[in-house]
Amino acid sequence: MQRIGVFVCHCGTNIAATVDVKAVAEALGHEPGVVISREYQYMCSESGQNLVKDAIKEHNLSGVVICSCSPRMHENTFRKAAAAAGLNPYLVEIANIREQCSWIHKDIATATEKAVILGRAAIAKVHLNAPLTAGESPVVKRALVIGGGIAGIQTALDIAEAGFEVDIVEKEPTIGGKMAQIDKTFPTLDCAACILTPKMVECSQNEKIHIHSFSEVTDVKGFVGNFSVTIKKKARYVDETKCTGCGLCTEKCPMKNVPNEFNMGLDNRRAVYIPFAQAVPKVATIDPNYCMMLKTGKCGVCSKVCSVGAIDYKQQDKFIEEKYGAIVVATGFNPIKLDKYEEFAYSQSPDVVTSLELERLMNAAGPNGGTLLRPSDKTHPHTIVFVQCVGSRCDDSKGKPYCSKICCMYTAKHAMLIREKYPDTEVYVFYIDVRTPGKNFDEFYRRAVEQYNVHYVKGMVGKVTPKSDGKLDVQASDLLANEQLHIDADMVVLAAAIEPDKTARPLATMLTTQMDTNDFFTEAHPKLRPVESATAGIFLSGACQGPKDIPETVAQASAAAAKAIGLLCKNSITCNPCVAHSNELMCNGCSSCEKVCPYGAITYQDKEFRMPDRTTAIRRVASVNPAVCQGCGACTVACPSGAMDLNGFSNSQIMAEVDAICK
Amino acid sequence: MQEAMINKAKQLLADGTVNRVIGWKKGEFVYDITPAIFETAEELDADFVYNEFTAANVSKYLVKESKKEGKILAFLKPCDTYSLNQLTKEHRVNRDNIYVVGIPGGPKLDAEKIKAKGITGITGIKNENYTLKIETVYGEQTMPFYEAISDKCASCKSKKHVTYDELIGEDGDVLESNRFDMVEKLENMTAQERYDFWRAELSKCIRCNACRNVCPACTCEKCVFDNPESGVENKAASNSFEENMFHIIRAFHVAGRCTDCGECSRVCPQNIPLHLLNRKFIKDINSLYGEYQAGEDTTTKAPLNAYTTDDCEASIVHERGVE
Repeated sequence: MQRIGVFVCHCGTNIAATVDVKAVAEALGHEPGVVISREYQYMCSESGQNLVKDAIKEHNLSGVVICSCSPRMHENTFRKAAAAAGLNPYLVEIANIREQCSWIHKDIATATEKAVILGRAAIAKVHLNAPLTAGESPVVKRALVIGGGIAGIQTALDIAEAGFEVDIVEKEPTIGGKMAQIDKTFPTLDCAACILTPKMVECSQNEKIHIHSFSEVTDVKGFVGNFSVTIKKKARYVDETKCTGCGLCTEKCPMKNVPNEFNMGLDNRRAVYIPFAQAVPKVATIDPNYCMMLKTGKCGVCSKVCSVGAIDYKQQDKFIEEKYGAIVVATGFNPIKLDKYEEFAYSQSPDVVTSLELERLMNAAGPNGGTLLRPSDKTHPHTIVFVQCVGSRCDDSKGKPYCSKICCMYTAKHAMLIREKYPDTEVYVFYIDVRTPGKNFDEFYRRAVEQYNVHYVKGMVGKVTPKSDGKLDVQASDLLANEQLHIDADMVVLAAAIEPDKTARPLATMLTTQMDTNDFFTEAHPKLRPVESATAGIFLSGACQGPKDIPETVAQASAAAAKAIGLLCKNSITCNPCVAHSNELMCNGCSSCEKVCPYGAITYQDKEFRMPDRTTAIRRVASVNPAVCQGCGACTVACPSGAMDLNGFSNSQIMAEVDAICK
Repeated sequence: MQEAMINKAKQLLADGTVNRVIGWKKGEFVYDITPAIFETAEELDADFVYNEFTAANVSKYLVKESKKEGKILAFLKPCDTYSLNQLTKEHRVNRDNIYVVGIPGGPKLDAEKIKAKGITGITGIKNENYTLKIETVYGEQTMPFYEAISDKCASCKSKKHVTYDELIGEDGDVLESNRFDMVEKLENMTAQERYDFWRAELSKCIRCNACRNVCPACTCEKCVFDNPESGVENKAASNSFEENMFHIIRAFHVAGRCTDCGECSRVCPQNIPLHLLNRKFIKDINSLYGEYQAGEDTTTKAPLNAYTTDDCEASIVHERGVE
């Protein structure tokens, strides 16, 4: 006979304000098998736990149901308490009457009724619980960082510093990311390359760090401590081990009209190229979309001029498989496409640019060698209009609902730099609000307004129209003066919203991590676990988790590294005993479970079985490796015969819960 | 055709390629042609039948038969070869122990359609130039051949044999079929109309289990509906609504594995159009995950068992459910 104890938590007023906890404890006390039912102010407190422990001993309980917050919060607390009182920790079940009940209901009567039902379901389940024992599995002492921008670089450096091997997978030919494209950084106005490139060099020199540039993650298997990752090294048609980065090929290549993506397409590169002077690795890459040799088989100039014979037109994509204990996602961001914002004439006039394009126009390595010239006629612009929040804080489907966070500060930076270098230029900034929280940030913005006399105008630009004289008519409203403005501008700069990189979503699917509706990775807890994903062993670094500036990104990158190091330091981790097992008598051997298992935990073997009529038969049956199984339960759903079952969440337990709820 | 098949079977038995043959023999009525095993030439001569009523798909019998000693000869129509491939893919049959002779498919006739014309007491049927001469205890009657064609054959999906060791006659092609027409009709109904349609159909069920027992996708060692440990085996009996759920659950169990052989509806004594449930799943899989024909080969990963990054999002179910 089961002897079940029920413990209902008030959680202060979190639960007790909407759920009549006394009534719940009373009602659940009458359920079959329940020998004690109590309520208490804070079950998770020391004295609350003691209540549970004492009851286990006094009533010799065979199962415990805690009606409290989500099991994500305190399941472990109560499992440990049960273990301390001599009860197997897996005989504890949590009924979530806070997140799934009191917090979402207003009416006490309905909330109380639902709490009773949830408690009843947990009691029905605990009747069928079996004691379980956890095993251990080893940790591979190597980390993978996906993305080689400043976030990935910082994370990799910190992990390597702690003494662990790190691989960086970067989809572009060089690491560096967006920061490498930026000219100056706020609020100190130091040159981005000057502070980024030393870190890039450090990455290439650190013998613990291995950079897979021009590569992509194509498959992830395994679980925390033991991931198995397939990396596609895309064919760059240049032997990385031979290329010295001399750059001769990039000068001699006859294909001169390839848009240079590093300079946002504002100038051209060759078909064989090195993105920028400080690229790491400093290795050339051939663009197969433009290379004449690859397209028509005629040319071969780069191969002829290469003194080390590094050019290899026959190179193929290469797949390598590596094992990792921890994975850090640092896939970063991109500015959004502006094709839905025709009112700003972005596609009509080359003098309407995005802020990232302006960075390149102002950069010494940019298309104009650092002199700010209008892209259309290469003259000095005398009136420049900045438009903030282009696609940010949008309440329609054109843009993004969130604040891109970095635009206010970089626009102030741009305005200030232009006024500093070209004092004869009038600079207007149109804004909804100016948002400058951050150390020395508001001071920075005030300097732009007060010292540099940038015209900040509260209001939005309605329309930009290219005029026949080459100027741009900017039609805007000044909300404070309550008047319509027309500005004859030479250039318009749009602060385009930022969005997660397109590679993030397929990657999230591979990693079985969660994303929000904007495709930013979701952290395990928004306040208390901001750099971990909800999937164990997967950590988040930089703008892939939400819009961030450089200091914040670096801080988060180091935090993610600290979490990864914490994991890699362990020799083994405790396994989850809630793993699948197959009932061999019912197994059809159909391989459905094997095909859906994301961890490769299921294998098949031919086994001899005794059949009813005293004969024997060889049957193909599934077996689960409990050290590899992560208890996701995909196999139990795929199994057509119901042979596959999950410890702690058995089919019969779930049916019992459903029956209890529908009673 | 029957002659050619008997000769082929005799030859394969004689040269030792196989030691058994699975084919068909006459059942209680002339239109009841039942699967049967033959071991000798004499048995073949005496009982082997192949005609317009030989509709039964014998591939499911091979689950057990292919595990026995020696090779078995199986005569498979095009639609049956899809079932065999699917069973091979699921490791349910030992393909090496089966010698498949592909035979041309239908159209097969449905005795119910003849009876619906008021023709009863049937003792013999002959097809003469696409006119059926039907002998009955009340005298001879006639009806056009085409009016008696079974629904399953009227919406045939393929005349192609997807697996065989040898063919009698020519191989055909995959056909443009109208098999999803009725599913579309159901989809265009309102939720209430659809509910009423299925309640009316499924309420006719007498739970004889013929659909399950004939289904080549239903080969579980222990069916959940027969398994006291599943906790659901008695649910269907509890009330008429749960009873209706039996077929829906069965359709879920064979989703992505059903080759649309149509045996479930063919054998249903209550004429419930069970194949429509399966076809709805097939149509959904085609539209959500790309065209897929279960049993077409033995290697392609089934969409419901394969996880790719461009799979549709789960929210599609919600979006499509909105009326």
